[in-house]
Amino acid sequence: MTTQHETEKVSRRSLIAGIAAAGGTAAFAGVAAAQSMPGHDMAAMQDDAPSAVNPYSAPSIHEGGHGQMITVGRVDAAANGFDPTAMLTDWDFGTVSLMEDGRVLRTFEVEAIDKDIEIAPGVTFPAWTFNGRVPGPALRAKEGERLRIVFRNYGSHPHSMHFHGIHSWRMDGVPGAGLINPGEEFIYEFDARPFGCHLYHCHALPLKRHMHKGMYGAFVIDPDPELHPEFADAARSRLYGTPENARWQELVMVMNAFDTNFDNANEFYAVNTVAHAFAQQPIRIEKSRPVRIYLVNVTEFDPINSFHLHANFFDYFDTGTTLTPTLRTVDLIMQCQAQRGILEFSYAEHEAGPYMFHAHQAEFTELGWMGMFDVVEA
Amino acid sequence: MTDTSPGAPTAGWRRFAWLLAPLLVLAVAVAWIASVDPLRSFNNGAPPVEAIAFERVVLDSGGIKTFIRAGGSEPMTIAQVQIDNAYWTFTMDPPGPLARGSTAWLQVPYPWVLGEAHRINLVTNTGATFEHEIPVAVPTPVATQGQLTQQAIVGAIVGILPVAIGLMFYPALRGMGSLGMGFLLALTVGLLAFLLVDMTFEALELSLQSAALFQGQAMVILAALSTFLILMGIGRRSGQPEGLALAFYIAFGIGLHNFGEGLAIGAAFAAGSAGLGTFLVLGFAIHNVTEGIGIAAPMVDRRPPLWTFGALTLVAGLPAVFGMWLGSLAYGPQWSALALGIGAGAILQVIVEVTSYFLRRAEREGQSWLSAPVLSGFLIGLAFMYVTAAVIKI
Repeated sequence: MTTQHETEKVSRRSLIAGIAAAGGTAAFAGVAAAQSMPGHDMAAMQDDAPSAVNPYSAPSIHEGGHGQMITVGRVDAAANGFDPTAMLTDWDFGTVSLMEDGRVLRTFEVEAIDKDIEIAPGVTFPAWTFNGRVPGPALRAKEGERLRIVFRNYGSHPHSMHFHGIHSWRMDGVPGAGLINPGEEFIYEFDARPFGCHLYHCHALPLKRHMHKGMYGAFVIDPDPELHPEFADAARSRLYGTPENARWQELVMVMNAFDTNFDNANEFYAVNTVAHAFAQQPIRIEKSRPVRIYLVNVTEFDPINSFHLHANFFDYFDTGTTLTPTLRTVDLIMQCQAQRGILEFSYAEHEAGPYMFHAHQAEFTELGWMGMFDVVEA
Repeated sequence: MTDTSPGAPTAGWRRFAWLLAPLLVLAVAVAWIASVDPLRSFNNGAPPVEAIAFERVVLDSGGIKTFIRAGGSEPMTIAQVQIDNAYWTFTMDPPGPLARGSTAWLQVPYPWVLGEAHRINLVTNTGATFEHEIPVAVPTPVATQGQLTQQAIVGAIVGILPVAIGLMFYPALRGMGSLGMGFLLALTVGLLAFLLVDMTFEALELSLQSAALFQGQAMVILAALSTFLILMGIGRRSGQPEGLALAFYIAFGIGLHNFGEGLAIGAAFAAGSAGLGTFLVLGFAIHNVTEGIGIAAPMVDRRPPLWTFGALTLVAGLPAVFGMWLGSLAYGPQWSALALGIGAGAILQVIVEVTSYFLRRAEREGQSWLSAPVLSGFLIGLAFMYVTAAVIKI
């Protein structure tokens, strides 16, 4: 520490000398000495620091991995009407009925609503939402089902639901195909395919604005084990409602960001909207159960986002459309805008305790996109 | 007066009533507008106007502290603080929303790095952002004895020393012919004219950094005009100032200018942007030597007592020391602008008085004010100041 500080003092003096030399002569050494703070060294700072926090000392474990680098205060989840932690496991399965041919018809109801939401402690954002939440409901279905999405626009602008999936042009949610005016209703109908981790978003123009205002959500199609006999076990572990699936801890994470001053650059980055939510409230993980994350990137303005897991490695299924990993044993993946995939990992061999995860663009991390897993014995 | 005096008591009451009437109407209007809110129909749902001025930034071992002034149409709330694009914990004193014109300290325990640049960015509850750059981070000088002494020495070198040296030309200037005297006074007006222009622009530039509610530019001009008028009034109480009195007015005006120069050097210190080398300090000293000559000019045909030279030196030079002290503590730009505006007014007064003294002399001695020595004196004064200023502009 002291050694490092000596270097700093020297560099400051040489800086002054440098500027003075540029002016044509030697440094005014007396002034330079007067300006260097008496004992600008970290050891001495501890004693004369006016605030309780010493900015130059390493943060303790009680400061939760982020030290002082964190937003101040907590977001009022009740007022928002949604909670980032609850959203991790909050799937919308719609309502199920049988069609005449015996196939399953799954119906979702989604409404576009203008809503002011608190995206970071004390910061209100005038969002456009699906069902009053950002991200919108995480829709989940099974491969091969018939899907019907009843969409009503109660917002102040034209909106649509554009699904990443396989369907007719008439169901695509672009202008002229399900992009509706305020007060109107449209029913999207198509088969659930291909299986994977997908997303939907509003495709009204200008697209950037409709995206970063909050109109997106996860859209997961579980594989049907009967259609994939060669990987039936893997398919069953992905299929919601099976015993194989129940042992997994499944989390849906939508990496998003907010441009609060509308300068086409984001002020806040997060997973599930609220900056630093999982830094303030770590996600509880039982170490004996494997973890599966459905990860979707909807960040606007920045071309890519990423996910880095600390002290562990994972298998990655890009777009989730395969039952064998597309990347094995990595601790970092990146996703471009609207890219998504599935992460599978386990803490079974780990010591219980706090484990960090975050985007590895340090800027995103420092502007809110970081969190902790609280791995517990169980 | 005499014809109204018989009815004076009634007239007084009536006058009072007439005074009261418009005030009453104003009070009723204010109450009506506040309660009925006839402007409600203009409310189009737009967010309130927000503005923040950063008046001071203090860097110390506890991190970064900044003194901010709000200028919003409604009270503003600072929701989060970013330093270098990272959200950081902070405390605010006093906490809570900031009404228009009110101020608060923000303390951020951020480990700033010596000699490097940092950016403060405040995010309000509406998501608006307000940024302030720290170009070179150095510890903000604190008013310790050692610190103050060091600054006083620099202040003395740029303020007191050159004025004293300039005044030492006095014996050599004595006994000059009327042409020489004309040259000398014109030289004085020339250098004062440079100071006036320089100071006015400096003040206007500084005023732009201050909160809008101070109306910085208007404040500078009005302060200059008021100072000018007040000093003219004081100066002319017993005739037009000449000789020793005129020398003191010049010294006073120059003293205010040197105060401004001290502020600038001190502020440069505090901002970390000054590599204040010997060259710069010497530049200030040479630049200011002419000020001593200017002060001496109206006395060359008098016999002032010796103590007056000491007094004149202090009046003109000492304010540089005070300026250094104040400037290095990084007070709000509006106060520096105000000080410079007042200085500009004082300089204007001495320009008028020296010119008027010169014109009276010229008339008495049958000289033209457009003669070669006079014009060259004026232009040499301007040129000398301009050229030496090239060294000291940071």
